[in-house]
Amino acid sequence: MQKDIEYVIEPTEKKFLNFAVLWQYRELFYFFTWRDIKIKYKQTALGFLWAILQPLLMMTIFTLFFGRALNIPSQNLPYPVYVFSGLLIWNIFSTGLNNAANSMVNNASIIKKIYFPRLIVPVSSILVALFDFLMALILFIGILIFYQQPVSWTIFFYWPMAILFSIIATLGLGSWLAALNVKYRDFRYVIPFLIQVLFFLTPVIYPISLLKYPLLQYALATSPMYIAVEFFRLPLTGTLPNMDFVWISLASNVIFLLIGVIYFRRTEDFFADFA
Amino acid sequence: MKPILEIQNISKKFRISHQTGGYLSLRERMVNALKFEKNSTEDFWALKDVSFEVQAGESIGIIGRNGAGKSTLLKILSKITPPTQGKIISRGRIASLLEVGTGFHPELTGRENIFLNGSLLGMKRKEIESKFDEIVDFSGVEKFLDTPLKHYSSGMQLRLAFAVAAFLEPEILIIDEVLAVGDAEFQKKCLGKMEDVSKSGRTILFVSHNLPSLKAICTKGFLLDKGILVKQGEIENVINAYTYDRTGYYKILDSIKHSGTHGKVNNVKINGSDQSHVLLLESKSIHLDVDITFNRKTAFELQVHVKKDDVLVCSFARFVTGSTQIFEPMRYNLEYDIELPDLRSGRYKLDIFFTEPFVALFARSENDVQLEFVNEGHHVFLNTPAYNWWGSVLLEGKMKYNLIGES
Repeated sequence: MQKDIEYVIEPTEKKFLNFAVLWQYRELFYFFTWRDIKIKYKQTALGFLWAILQPLLMMTIFTLFFGRALNIPSQNLPYPVYVFSGLLIWNIFSTGLNNAANSMVNNASIIKKIYFPRLIVPVSSILVALFDFLMALILFIGILIFYQQPVSWTIFFYWPMAILFSIIATLGLGSWLAALNVKYRDFRYVIPFLIQVLFFLTPVIYPISLLKYPLLQYALATSPMYIAVEFFRLPLTGTLPNMDFVWISLASNVIFLLIGVIYFRRTEDFFADFA
Repeated sequence: MKPILEIQNISKKFRISHQTGGYLSLRERMVNALKFEKNSTEDFWALKDVSFEVQAGESIGIIGRNGAGKSTLLKILSKITPPTQGKIISRGRIASLLEVGTGFHPELTGRENIFLNGSLLGMKRKEIESKFDEIVDFSGVEKFLDTPLKHYSSGMQLRLAFAVAAFLEPEILIIDEVLAVGDAEFQKKCLGKMEDVSKSGRTILFVSHNLPSLKAICTKGFLLDKGILVKQGEIENVINAYTYDRTGYYKILDSIKHSGTHGKVNNVKINGSDQSHVLLLESKSIHLDVDITFNRKTAFELQVHVKKDDVLVCSFARFVTGSTQIFEPMRYNLEYDIELPDLRSGRYKLDIFFTEPFVALFARSENDVQLEFVNEGHHVFLNTPAYNWWGSVLLEGKMKYNLIGES
């Protein structure tokens, strides 16, 4: 028996993150992620293959419509490589955001009955998206080899950074929407729409230079995912993006993280009352 | 030694909105912000200024009517919802069991669910692995460990869920009415396990309506009523206060729970009164007036059980002797005269069942009607409430004697 435990339960205090408690419950990250991955592919004949098939089918469609038909420039990359690289990193965001935003509502029955740091729920649901990403990444490496695409060694710096930024972007918006969704179920209907809009506002399937007006380019750089997409592609194209855009996107990335996590933390105590 | 749990002036307020059906909608929020009139919300205090202390190793029973604030108290203790005011100091790890099988997922196998549920309850993976065999053994579902949970019967799911929970080892264990389900045998097993836990020196807080099991497991009791802690002390005394407290408070009709649309009970009177407390002085008969509407042709029977300390003493059921009456789908007033046996003085409970025997039980009143029987003739020495020496029914008997000879 540990005798020296002593803690206090009080009316909500303002707090940002309590890493000690998150660390104490670290195994739950694993269990929630593991559960969601298991459930996602249970009773599917193709199983994990779906994680690869989805971006592959999207790539084919975009290649046919935007690459062939509209002839959108692709920074000297074969258009399938260009699109797939964008979609791959984008899918962390879109799948993760969708999972995270609905995660609190989907786990309401657990939240009402058991205490644990609530942030574990949206974070784990984003880790599920990361798992899909890693599966699809294997395919992408195959595509790179198929197209004999030269790759810079900076890949070992930029790819982890791109993944990190996409997770931060997803966590920021995701935890914010998750908290809002508990209180106002309206957000359930906003989320798919929001993801769709952000998809076209982020240079995923077209280069930002396609836009003729510099002001518009600045506006698009405020997408928190811009930096992730650019960094992911950088080792392939070899062209450095406009550093202004990178900083703007980084700032937006961090701001959304702060807003999201702070709002989540400030409301999480009452999730059990609303959910 | 310092108490393991200090609850200091805990209050919890809920805001009840009279417009929305449950959760808020953004539109309503915005519309209300534009309106000048006050939002029609009402504050509701689920707990008001509750303070108590628990010493390590005590097992506490928390009693109270529905809506008394028991579950809210447990939720605050398990950190699921914060108190509005006050604070709690805990000097031990709290694990709470507000529901069995939280987080169970129908698509996962039994094995997978053990790990998920165990980890949600605060067990480490290694801990679960080391106890895995015991858990499986206790649950008795080893054959189906790798079958998805959705193929389990609800009894099996419950067994598995309780088995995981039974192997929790926190300093403080919080349990909310989890034993209300499951078959009698399994309930017994669970209660046995809980007695073991309390004897092993851990602290238990237990909410239940099952008074005998509270009596068996707990040493101290707390009685909550409308959010206020009204009594604490020896479990026996608290239970007595609770059962006494419930008398004469409401109408019999309010305690009747309907199920299905077979019929509707409009009113019930016992000896001319519609209150749930019936006092019998000397008289041994009760007169029931039942105002009832049948929605279809019904072979209606009223059954009455008289219980003492959850033990059935006697019952009234005419259909047992084969005299059932068939009623048309209309409204009736039925009158019953029931002769009670020679009961000892004391408090009894009446359970009333409105049934079509073997077809439907469409309304019932359980544990809510109190029958206080004062048998004046034996009052002097038989009315000893603390200990029941003589059972509930007084037997008639005769004695004869013959003188045989000198000693």
